[in-house]
Amino acid sequence: MTLICESAAEAVAEVEDGSTVLIGGFGMAGMPVALIDALIDQGATDLTVVSNNAGNGDTGLAALLAQGRVRKMVCSFPRQADSYVFDGLYRAGRVELEVVPQGNLAERMRAAGAGIGAFFCPTGVGTPLAEGKETREIDGRTYVLEHPIRGDVALVGAHVADRMGNLVYRKTARNFGPVMATAATTTIVQVARVVETGELDPEAVVTPSIYVDRVVAV
Amino acid sequence: MSLTRDEMAAMVARDIPAGSFVNLGIGQPTLVADFLPEGSGVVLHTENGMLNMGPAAVGDAVDQDLTNAGKIPVTELPGASYFHHADSFAMMRGGHLDVCVLGAFQVAGNGDLANWHTGAADAIPAVGGAMDLAIGAKRVFVMMTLFAKDGSPKLVPSCTYPLTGVGCVDRVYTDVATFQVGPEGAVLLETFGTTFDELAARLDVPLRRAEEAGGDPGSS
Repeated sequence: MTLICESAAEAVAEVEDGSTVLIGGFGMAGMPVALIDALIDQGATDLTVVSNNAGNGDTGLAALLAQGRVRKMVCSFPRQADSYVFDGLYRAGRVELEVVPQGNLAERMRAAGAGIGAFFCPTGVGTPLAEGKETREIDGRTYVLEHPIRGDVALVGAHVADRMGNLVYRKTARNFGPVMATAATTTIVQVARVVETGELDPEAVVTPSIYVDRVVAV
Repeated sequence: MSLTRDEMAAMVARDIPAGSFVNLGIGQPTLVADFLPEGSGVVLHTENGMLNMGPAAVGDAVDQDLTNAGKIPVTELPGASYFHHADSFAMMRGGHLDVCVLGAFQVAGNGDLANWHTGAADAIPAVGGAMDLAIGAKRVFVMMTLFAKDGSPKLVPSCTYPLTGVGCVDRVYTDVATFQVGPEGAVLLETFGTTFDELAARLDVPLRRAEEAGGDPGSS
């Protein structure tokens, strides 16, 4: 049962210290900034954050990092022209970093959401990112064993929800949202607007309501 | 004369078959889009979740929800589609992309690629989709200058930087020459303002002429 929240604060009220938080977005596209701002006010700390990047500028994920609330970042591409907040924390030894190839990041969360125990994947074979991992040759090709990434919470930016929690996205802001929504115990979504149940074309729904716990229009 | 970046991009574009599904990496490879002939039917993939991406957006067309993998605002062409990240990388890893074009720090004669990390102690590692692209696309083209700013060759006997992928590169397009690389080693296909002998003297990687390698170098 999806709860339509009155505020972003209400939506993130139950996030606990030490949680693994999946945060959608690719750069700022699809970044659930209102939910992250609410999480900053809410106060949860010692977080592991899984997101493609490690924050841009001073808002959103960068602001959460700047508050010292993130123990570990799991991401594919931390270093960017405007990732100075993360860069400073990392160089000062104040945040851990696990770099994951982007496809593995997505597929490991997909696996978590789909009940897959682990999977063999060709990405990274022979590189430092596969060191220490189990490999197997299948039909003449070498694969690396990769394990799911499961979240306690996912913060997702979508475009429109109906009151049941069905979601549609907008253009490339979709990115990690649909995958993260499946991979967390509690999925919290910010949208531009909530419409009445029945107003979304069932053929166009991208994330079905079963994956969605809380929705707030911002 | 050695090639400008635009001329290198044009060389790459020339070798992309009509109707291909293509991913252009961040930076220089993005230029290739400008040299694809009108009506080529090439469909550009961007790994953040779109097929049939159009040119960079300007003015009123800028939409923060529509960006490419370099987070630059872009446009959509008729027939575009959007999909989530796991699907986008399944396209790559599942072998559905025909060509990807990447930049590189180093390429080895056997096709090993190093393009994600210099290994420097103070460098913050960032891999993005490079490892997935390297092993996923049917053909991997690299576009780079042949020599680093300090004059050291970037086509090498074996990569000294951390690898992105093993034996994954097919072609290397540089400012002074085009090479085929792979299990048979480096083969010189074309030169621009230099000669086989000059390059053989400056490169440590064993180099063969296309005639010596035999067969059609275009069929790699």
